[in-house]
Amino acid sequence: MNAHPPINYSTIQLVKYTLHLADSNLILAQRNGEWCAHGPVLEQDIAITNITLDLIGQSRNFYQYAAQLINQSTEQPNNEATEDSLAYLRTEREFKNLLITELPAGDWAQTVLRQFFYSYYQLGLYEQLQNSTDAQIAAIAAKSIKETKYHVKWSSDWVLRLGDGTEESHQRMLKALEMLWQYTGEMFAPVEYELNMGIDFKELKEGWEQQVFAVLEAATLFQAGDGAQLNSAYMQAGGKTGVHTERMGFILTELQYLQRTYPGAIW
Amino acid sequence: MNNLNNKLSLVSNNLPTEAEAAVWSILETVPDPEVPVLSVLDLGIVRDVKVAEPSADHPKGLASITITPTYSGCPAMDAISMDIRLKMIEHGYGKVNIISVLSPAWTTDWMTESGKQKLAAYGIAPPSHSTVEGAPVICPQCQSANTKLLSQFGSTACKALYQCNDCKEPFDHFKCH
Repeated sequence: MNAHPPINYSTIQLVKYTLHLADSNLILAQRNGEWCAHGPVLEQDIAITNITLDLIGQSRNFYQYAAQLINQSTEQPNNEATEDSLAYLRTEREFKNLLITELPAGDWAQTVLRQFFYSYYQLGLYEQLQNSTDAQIAAIAAKSIKETKYHVKWSSDWVLRLGDGTEESHQRMLKALEMLWQYTGEMFAPVEYELNMGIDFKELKEGWEQQVFAVLEAATLFQAGDGAQLNSAYMQAGGKTGVHTERMGFILTELQYLQRTYPGAIW
Repeated sequence: MNNLNNKLSLVSNNLPTEAEAAVWSILETVPDPEVPVLSVLDLGIVRDVKVAEPSADHPKGLASITITPTYSGCPAMDAISMDIRLKMIEHGYGKVNIISVLSPAWTTDWMTESGKQKLAAYGIAPPSHSTVEGAPVICPQCQSANTKLLSQFGSTACKALYQCNDCKEPFDHFKCH
């Protein structure tokens, strides 16, 4: 174990990148968690919360690693970073999650379509990151892939079921697609701290589009030729650099309430 | 002891020292908190055991136990670490090192054969080996292979929910992972 290597530029980038991965998982987990005990049927209530538990587990692995990196490169004996301090005591502008993760859970169509977009993105990303030169990022990614495959399967099934379902479910999926699509571009638009993480964003985007378009087409939500139109759509961005939507403050207020009100509380 | 050696062969090719074998035997008595018929060794989450030379602080030698989580978010992992610590204290080891590693990622292929039998007897359909494609999930009640998936997500992260088409009983399946 290195005692205290000096902070260098690449360590700062790695910390930011690790926090970005942790934050996206945590915020989506917080949103999905709103379904706990409110799912449409018992089995699906259990499914969405199981997925959420995987996301929290993955975010904990990333937060623990970020804390380790921070503590190795700074000397703050009374102010050690921990997974909890990173999740509960950072401010809105410090969170680097994708905007799509902080959007409201909405109806079931919006929840499953968001999960579908995010899980396919995660799967492609983890498949690249498992070969990362950073051993811990590679280990977390390799472990997470197995879990993410279940999320992809589950959310694809739901996109098919609702898209190619009743007139009502089809309309709701179209509405969700219209609402969510503009937030998908941020996944593939790298910011400064992502540039040296060994990710091929072009490959990531192409792989994602191929898989996502195929399912959307089978779900009758998409016709051949729609790809170009979707590709030229205006895309929202900002979450990765801490510029969030107006929803973010409300999420953190709830997520961080206990530690803000009773600092250091444990149970 | 034969049984234990079989389990160890899934972890390492090196035979344990006498001190290490003693720790492995103790770990065999630590149950999984969510599936108590399985020991932590049956689950394959203990990856390594090292015991240092005895010292004044550690008359039995400081034990270092390496474990790996099943699923990233498995809430049982903290309980398992605690259960291992308590069991080791019970056997006079005092403080032990518990090291958690993520790589290589845990797989149900590390589950022991006896563990799989115990699962089936407990009413949970055990995982097949990951190299076996499309193996039927056998109903643990009536042994029928005519079963269907109800949900990929069951009562814990590691299980899926199935139902038998013959005896109609719903049951948990420990997912091949």
